[in-house]
Amino acid sequence: MTDPTSPALRAEALEQLLTERGLVRTDVIDGFVARYESDVGPLNGARVVARAWVDPEYKARLLADATPAVKEVAWGGGANGEHIVVVENTPVLHHVVVCTLCSCYPWPVLGLPPSWYKDPAYRARVVREPRAVLAEMGLELPPEVAIEVHDSSAEVRWLVLPERPAGTDDLTEEELAALVTRDAMVGVAKVAAP
Amino acid sequence: MARVSDLGGAPGHGPVPAPDPAEPVFGERWEGRAFALTAFTIGRLSGRNLEAFRDTLDRLTPAEYHDSGYFGRWLHAAQAMLVASAVLAPGAVDARARRLAGETVEEPPDPAEPAKPDYSPTAPGSLREVEAAPEYAVGDRVRARKGARLPGYARGRVGTVARVQPAHVLPDTHAVFAGENPQHVYTVRFSARELWGDGDDVVVTLELFETYLERA
Repeated sequence: MTDPTSPALRAEALEQLLTERGLVRTDVIDGFVARYESDVGPLNGARVVARAWVDPEYKARLLADATPAVKEVAWGGGANGEHIVVVENTPVLHHVVVCTLCSCYPWPVLGLPPSWYKDPAYRARVVREPRAVLAEMGLELPPEVAIEVHDSSAEVRWLVLPERPAGTDDLTEEELAALVTRDAMVGVAKVAAP
Repeated sequence: MARVSDLGGAPGHGPVPAPDPAEPVFGERWEGRAFALTAFTIGRLSGRNLEAFRDTLDRLTPAEYHDSGYFGRWLHAAQAMLVASAVLAPGAVDARARRLAGETVEEPPDPAEPAKPDYSPTAPGSLREVEAAPEYAVGDRVRARKGARLPGYARGRVGTVARVQPAHVLPDTHAVFAGENPQHVYTVRFSARELWGDGDDVVVTLELFETYLERA
């Protein structure tokens, strides 16, 4: 780690310069990092999805006005979550989310975006050839399924409500939430049956 | 010239990296530090705002933008905003990084005093109330003209208003501290055929500000 242009050294340099000037504190940085490593993550979105699967009235509220509905079951609001819109995947319509200009993503419900979401290949290609990109990522959609790609170009943050897998009628809301993946809530995967 | 951040539809990109369900939030320690330092830089240290951050990202060189990934570009942008606000001297981060690498380097003196933009938000976040009624309604046909947050691939293209969203501060002026100028924002649906000339049964939606649009 002796390349002075490496991001690791530049990050350390910046942290030193700001702490020496009393502008940030190391323990505050530690706490901020830990919060996004453990508290803010896709479990929040999974709880929202599971509730929508078991409670039709909740689902109706969620699809009509997601921002307050999300707050009923999970922490919402704040950075990258001021206005959340939920769209429902069905057997004939598939939604998938991207931000081609940066990597806007609904942090309160999904945490920070994964590598593939931030990758220039995903940002460049999913608006141009979504069917091919989804197939590469392991989701083969039949040709009769229409696709809507949501390019998050302002402060609206999109969350996909995936289809509930068959054979899950006996599961509790908590068990259902454990099935829901981050990738399904961005729209690049389906939720698999247990 | 195309903006460095405007990647939608750009040719020449290979496969998307395979998703890894076990991927850590921060792959390396420095990424978490860069994330926090940048968040604090945007939030209070530089006096700059979220749109100024996005605008700064857009002004990075392609190497700065791409070489160290997402948090690498955040770090470059944080540094640029702190220098622009005269919190740090130009070259200060580089000099310190070189000292950390074992080089003998003189560090530049601090700027005499910070020169942060004179701006206080009228409300938290980016959403605002706008008194005027929205110009467009669901179902209206609109053409995307131009705007800071209009991806190049949709410029000049015609779509249909699908949703009227809450009004936002306008990135075009807010990024450069020329006013929040909140506007109505619309989710506009474009057919893939309109955007690319092919692709049946594919729709792309964008959130576009009122002045980005004209009636079609």
